[in-house]
Amino acid sequence: MSTVHSREWLLAETPASRTQAAWGRRYRAWLDLRSNPLAMIGLIIIVAFIALSLAAPLLATHDPGAQDLTNRLARPSAAHWLGTDELGRDIYSRILYGGRVTLGMVIAVVVLVAPLGLAIGCIAGYAGGIVDRMLMRVTDVFLAFPRLILALAFVAALKPGVESAILAIALTAWPPYARLARAETLTVRNSDFIAACRLTGAPAGRIVLRHVAPLCVPSLIVRITLDMSSIIITAASLGFLGMGAQPPSPEWGAMIATTKRFIFEQWWVPTIPGLAIFLASLAFNFLGDGLRDVLDPKQR
Amino acid sequence: MKKRLSALAGLLASVSLTLIGLVIITFLIGRVMPIDPVLAAVGDNAPQEVVERVRQEMGLDQPILQQFLYFLGQLLHGDLGRSILTRNLVTSDIARYFPATLELATAAIIVAALIGIPLGVWAAVRQGTWIDQAIRVVCLAGHSVPVFVLALISLLVFYAVLGIAPGPGRQDIIFQDMVPHVTGLLTIDALIAGDWDAFWDALAHMVQPVCILAYFSMAYITRMTRAFMLDALHGEYVITARAKGLSPATVIWIHAFPNVGVQLVTVLALTYAGLLEGAVVTETVFSWPGLGQYLTVSLMNADMNPVIGATLLVGLVYVGLNLLADALYRQLDPRVR
Repeated sequence: MSTVHSREWLLAETPASRTQAAWGRRYRAWLDLRSNPLAMIGLIIIVAFIALSLAAPLLATHDPGAQDLTNRLARPSAAHWLGTDELGRDIYSRILYGGRVTLGMVIAVVVLVAPLGLAIGCIAGYAGGIVDRMLMRVTDVFLAFPRLILALAFVAALKPGVESAILAIALTAWPPYARLARAETLTVRNSDFIAACRLTGAPAGRIVLRHVAPLCVPSLIVRITLDMSSIIITAASLGFLGMGAQPPSPEWGAMIATTKRFIFEQWWVPTIPGLAIFLASLAFNFLGDGLRDVLDPKQR
Repeated sequence: MKKRLSALAGLLASVSLTLIGLVIITFLIGRVMPIDPVLAAVGDNAPQEVVERVRQEMGLDQPILQQFLYFLGQLLHGDLGRSILTRNLVTSDIARYFPATLELATAAIIVAALIGIPLGVWAAVRQGTWIDQAIRVVCLAGHSVPVFVLALISLLVFYAVLGIAPGPGRQDIIFQDMVPHVTGLLTIDALIAGDWDAFWDALAHMVQPVCILAYFSMAYITRMTRAFMLDALHGEYVITARAKGLSPATVIWIHAFPNVGVQLVTVLALTYAGLLEGAVVTETVFSWPGLGQYLTVSLMNADMNPVIGATLLVGLVYVGLNLLADALYRQLDPRVR
């Protein structure tokens, strides 16, 4: 059979194989998602955002670090599409490269946080008893701080910079995932198919890894997508407060911090990076909202 | 009765464990910082014996566990140390700055609830229509826009261009220190003093930061109200009420909404706590002399005592509000008793 399958194969009422059933389910979810205009707008912006960030060296018209002090705070023009900043650097090119910083931070945080939260939540939920209580107590302590304030304190203790910001955001971002994964685990741990697994002699590790964790993934994906926007905003806020990416890095929050004093005369200079943050974070919110409707019909 | 007591004991145990965790984390944050607190206190040029003496006085030559117990002891005496920057006790600094944040956050939560809850109910009642969609977009936008960007744009539009709003700060210079300090909440203090000009001035300065914070938190309130309300509207008692021929307004506000109200208490408490976070960034833009400003300025100068104090206070407020929400929920909803 060819690898390219038809619509009929995907939408078959009686799938002939596990693969077919799995792909059919995914295709239906995609169709659901596609009928949600907000989610599609979000997806398009995200794809564009990723593409623009990756292709920044090709698309940038100037070197993002090149200063031109004779041409400071210029209006948008043919030479500088979005104008220039306080050191005469091209804002358009800096926005493109800044996308890379933001994208990198978001991906790093998610890669650190999602497996950690999933592991802690699944273990706590499946093991129960004292393990559960201890893990959840630790989770509660971290939940007891507003994210930005804890991140600020962490960064101050380490040292301002992108790496510290990633670490700080990650340290403050995992508890909700652990909570979520635990809640999902609790709903499945006593179900028949888990009991069947246990009867066949599967070890706890295998049950958690192969049977429990995959079931937590859909709601985790929704949560992560919605959380992306808050990660973007926290990263930008850290940059804005001088605790995240440091100048001359073209990070969007830091760009606003260094140019905020020009808001009254050259308003576009700090506003354009603000718009970039807004669009990126809005896109993830749109997509997450749509994904929740598709993957988590309970909350519809 | 016995059941309630044991539940209370469990609650107390879990809260105290959380609090201890809170203290441990803030303590560790203060200890791993890259700057030597002794040198920060005495300056770079202090002679070696002074450095050693201060180190001993601060208890920093002790093993880490000893230091933690010392820190805990000081904390229980309400001593958070001195700020290097302001040279005041951190506790008295916080007592001065916190009311400003409290005033901002309280006004914001009131505005957010007054707009957000009806909006959420409206969206739920009109589920799936363009009204629902429009409210959803407005809310998601509120979730997505960084507070500091909105604050800058608001200053640009309403202060610089239109000139209808006052600039940054908490009051005009002419009113500075004119109102006797009673509660620390400027609007209330002005009212107590009967100084209407000062009151209107303080209120005018609050409008921009409050609206921005309110929009930020309104998004969450509206979304949660809508979700709860949708649940309630599908309840059988609502169908019954409709079948009886009651007007839609009665069904929505008298029958469905009271059940939602209980759940909203939790949401409001959490949002209120979250406002402290939004306040940090908003205060920097509006030069609002509150806890957030104090925290960020101390951070920039690696002044760790205020950072620890402020972080701890925010954590405490957070835990306290969670507890309060829990207690209210128990009180209001007979089913969880």
